[in-house]
Amino acid sequence: MSAPLDLPRWADTVLVPAISVVAAFLVAGLVVLAIGENPLTATRFLLQGSLGTGEGLGFTLFYMTDFIFVGLAVAVAYHAGLFNIGGEGQATLAGLGIALVLNNLTFLPGFLLIPLGILGAAAFGALWAAIPGYLQAKRGSHIVITTIMFNWLASVLIVYLLVNVLREPQSMNPETRAFPEQSYIPFMHDVFAAIGIEIPNSQLNLTLVLALAASYFVWLLIYRSRLGYAIRVVGSNPSAAVYAGISPARIIIIAMVLSGALAGGLAVNELMGYQHRLLLEFTSGYGFVGIAVALMGRAHPVGIILASLLFGILYQGGAELAFEQPAITRDMVVVIGGIIILFAGALDGLFRRLVAHLFARQKLARA
Amino acid sequence: MDLGFLVTIFDSALRLSIPLLAACLAGLWSERSGVVDIGLEGKMLVAAFASAAGAYAFDSAWAGLLVGIAASVAIGLVHGFASISQRGNQIVSGVAINMLAAGLTAIVGNAWYSQGGRTPPLEGDQRFGSVLFGHSALVYVVLLAVPVTWFVLGHTRFGLRLRAVGENPAAVDTAGISVTGLRYTAVIIAGVLCGFAGAYLSVGQAAGFLPNMTAGRGFIALAALIFAKWRAWPALGACFLFGLLDAFANQLQGLSLPGIGEVPVQAIQAMPYLMTVILLAGVIGKAIPPRAAGIPYVKER
Repeated sequence: MSAPLDLPRWADTVLVPAISVVAAFLVAGLVVLAIGENPLTATRFLLQGSLGTGEGLGFTLFYMTDFIFVGLAVAVAYHAGLFNIGGEGQATLAGLGIALVLNNLTFLPGFLLIPLGILGAAAFGALWAAIPGYLQAKRGSHIVITTIMFNWLASVLIVYLLVNVLREPQSMNPETRAFPEQSYIPFMHDVFAAIGIEIPNSQLNLTLVLALAASYFVWLLIYRSRLGYAIRVVGSNPSAAVYAGISPARIIIIAMVLSGALAGGLAVNELMGYQHRLLLEFTSGYGFVGIAVALMGRAHPVGIILASLLFGILYQGGAELAFEQPAITRDMVVVIGGIIILFAGALDGLFRRLVAHLFARQKLARA
Repeated sequence: MDLGFLVTIFDSALRLSIPLLAACLAGLWSERSGVVDIGLEGKMLVAAFASAAGAYAFDSAWAGLLVGIAASVAIGLVHGFASISQRGNQIVSGVAINMLAAGLTAIVGNAWYSQGGRTPPLEGDQRFGSVLFGHSALVYVVLLAVPVTWFVLGHTRFGLRLRAVGENPAAVDTAGISVTGLRYTAVIIAGVLCGFAGAYLSVGQAAGFLPNMTAGRGFIALAALIFAKWRAWPALGACFLFGLLDAFANQLQGLSLPGIGEVPVQAIQAMPYLMTVILLAGVIGKAIPPRAAGIPYVKER
């Protein structure tokens, strides 16, 4: 049962994740059946709502942008052997960074303010990840537990700040005043309109380009740079890293800083691209979806983009589906995310063994 | 501060600490056997939903409790299958279970009762009434679980083996005792205890299930477990302390203390998390988890 599994590379990187995702959808289909709805009709509404119209596609890509950032965040830490489940908290703090920068530097022109806002997001996200990273590296506190605690600390902190400090005096809602208009990241439909192409209006904005650039940067970093190599060595064998002259403590902190900064991208897309103010719970649990995305995408940027697209389809299609078939609420997407994490993450070995078994039988049959 | 105020605070601290305590002991059993359980929150949530649904269907709080326990154990066994039989990553499995629980309870609740994910309000026999000092039987069962856990883990052969399997599974295996069996037993016990925690929330404390009603209690229980350094009596202390903080936060809403001024509720709410981080950093004492916690056991190694 635990004999080394010999799988061709394509099977390991494509087939096994694909099988676990298909299995996850089959289970999700069973849930839909169990509550008395037709999974095929549901799938049709889901695809129709997410890809069938230009507007739907825009929203799908908007969610995809969120998931690329949180997926990359989990992946970078994962390569260093760290399990960062603090994406929620890091993105929340990044939102705070954005609000502080944008609402205090209102006099700056947009071409300065937008990059500063993004830097603010990255810096605050990085800080919120760096502390657990430091505690893991230097004090041996388990990163999983500290990042969980930091998620809750972030949510308590943001409630306090929005209710008591940052709220507009006359406003009843716990949210900041609107960001200065020149800091809005342009909507994609406005960008296209400027060059004379008309596309349907949606929340999709230029942050998508930033997300794709970040994916390329992460690929370069992890697979083509000295630092990325060090990160992967620490992740797969910390004692070997020490012999190679790499300091695991330093790499752990750096990986967490990068991870937190990437998680900040979620706040950039949601706040600078769409909401244009800081409000409560804008992360909506997407930090945890990032875990599903990274596991499904095998922590590789290309896989993460594909997995993010899938989850974008699920979130946008799920919203439309909930509208058409009220029994299937948007929580269905959370269920599917959970099953994918279970199958592609925790039960990965099961599917690998299954595939290896099939390959072995095929080999025997040929011989 | 008069006596009446202290009694009120003590009383509400006890109420608030019971679900934490049940979940914390669940984590204690599981992690002492070497299975890390960050899915306490999810198991509690599933149990809360199933208990409320069961109590409503069978018109009995006790039947509800049984349904809740069954559901929680079932979810626990999924975690057990992934982390013991399949040697999967226990953290990943826990995260999956938390997500699954949040999604499934909302979906199924909405499909069954069409009340936005709530169960219908429970009344009469469908809820646990008070048996002593205004507290329900569940409170005393959960409190009783503390000495039982302390005794069984610390003073019986089974307990010794269970602790050994969390420290050095190979030694237990060499002695001819099933590592898998012991770990599954621990996971089932954890499921039962989370069942109590969930049932207490929806059938004891409240009158029905609300979506996401655990609201992070599973993670506070996890914090309490670390704070108690994986021991039963300190777990009682830690959970009561966190319950007390919660009770104070409720009472102090908008109240001003002499010398300090108005204490923000959020500052008190942040305490359990902050204290856990500080403890884990080794600033005040050191919290060392069971040695084999989180590591799947591979016989041949």
